[in-house]
Amino acid sequence: MIPVADLDFVAALCRARAGLRVDPEKGYLVESRVAPVARREGFASPEAFIAAVRADGDARLAWSLVEAMVLPETEFFRDRQVFDALARDVLPALARARAGQPVRVWSAACGAGQEIYSLAMLVAEDPTLAGQVELFASDLSERSLEKAQAGLFSQFEVQRGLPARTLVRHFEKAGESFALSPRIRQMVRWRRVNLMDDLARFGQFDVLICRNLLTQLAPEAQAAVVGRLKRALAPGGRLVLGLREEAGGELTPMGGGLGLFALPGDAVRTAA
Amino acid sequence: MKTCLVVDDSRVIRKVSRRILEDLGFEVAEAADGVEAMAWCSAVMPDVVLLDWVMPAMDGMEFLKRLRAEPGGQRPKVVFCSGETDLARIREALEAGADEYIMKPFDGGIVAGKLASLGLAA
Repeated sequence: MIPVADLDFVAALCRARAGLRVDPEKGYLVESRVAPVARREGFASPEAFIAAVRADGDARLAWSLVEAMVLPETEFFRDRQVFDALARDVLPALARARAGQPVRVWSAACGAGQEIYSLAMLVAEDPTLAGQVELFASDLSERSLEKAQAGLFSQFEVQRGLPARTLVRHFEKAGESFALSPRIRQMVRWRRVNLMDDLARFGQFDVLICRNLLTQLAPEAQAAVVGRLKRALAPGGRLVLGLREEAGGELTPMGGGLGLFALPGDAVRTAA
Repeated sequence: MKTCLVVDDSRVIRKVSRRILEDLGFEVAEAADGVEAMAWCSAVMPDVVLLDWVMPAMDGMEFLKRLRAEPGGQRPKVVFCSGETDLARIREALEAGADEYIMKPFDGGIVAGKLASLGLAA
């Protein structure tokens, strides 16, 4: 069992580094999330791993502890209607407004890439959008980014949300795994970004996707992240949150209960 | 209540599928091969067929072709549920008229997702 002082340490570390809300009362949750990382790093137990991070302050180990506490669950086309709305309505409207300039989309907590790849497949299949949309994706976790860039998914992963017709169109079998086609993978540019940092250097985006992260954050971090995302949105841009997440402030819900919010303004964007 | 015909020569798979589908609110019937499944469909067309590929008597592909040629046989959604994971074979199943494809092993979440994507919430 992880000592209370160590659970408090994990909660404080996650909150300070990534704004994550970790309940020190839920020791079992910490234990189950940390156990695989502890094993990978060669520690006999989650307790030993946390104690080592606490004792010697190794920056890499500390980050792997923080990353372990992020809930990575996602799937292809999660909440399918959101992706349909983006491909059918939001992106075409923005492409018209941008009049020849590419529409810039950023998936800001991309995990293993299922969501941004879902959008990439829809864009690739729509001749009116192909070549009009630039896709960026970031995550806090280096490991998630490596998996996303590899574009290799398990049989279980490709059966969650991915229609069989889309599977056969865009994937090849690679041993026991399924490899996304290079054409789709090359549509996305990747970067490690901590949303607790200043995002101004990345320029402005027409669509920012950050689904189901806010609910994992401490209240003050939620407000700070929404503020940064809003500042990274071009006038007239769209923020896409999880179905039950709220943006607040000057972002207006677009209706339909899809977690889509609009920033007022005309299509004017500053470059990175 | 929507009906689902589970066609599989494995009693275990039929039992697991039945439990998943009943939890999703479907009325479930079972057939052990394509011949039994055709007899069932001749009497009453189900809303959806969960269909194994390799079976004795009549395999899933043959059943699918015969079903689609029957009066009213275009109506049921057909979801292949097979251990075959080769993409060329999955493409073949879709081109033959299957609406979706599940690779074994599967769980309730996968079945629920595939059926929902076909508009088949029970």
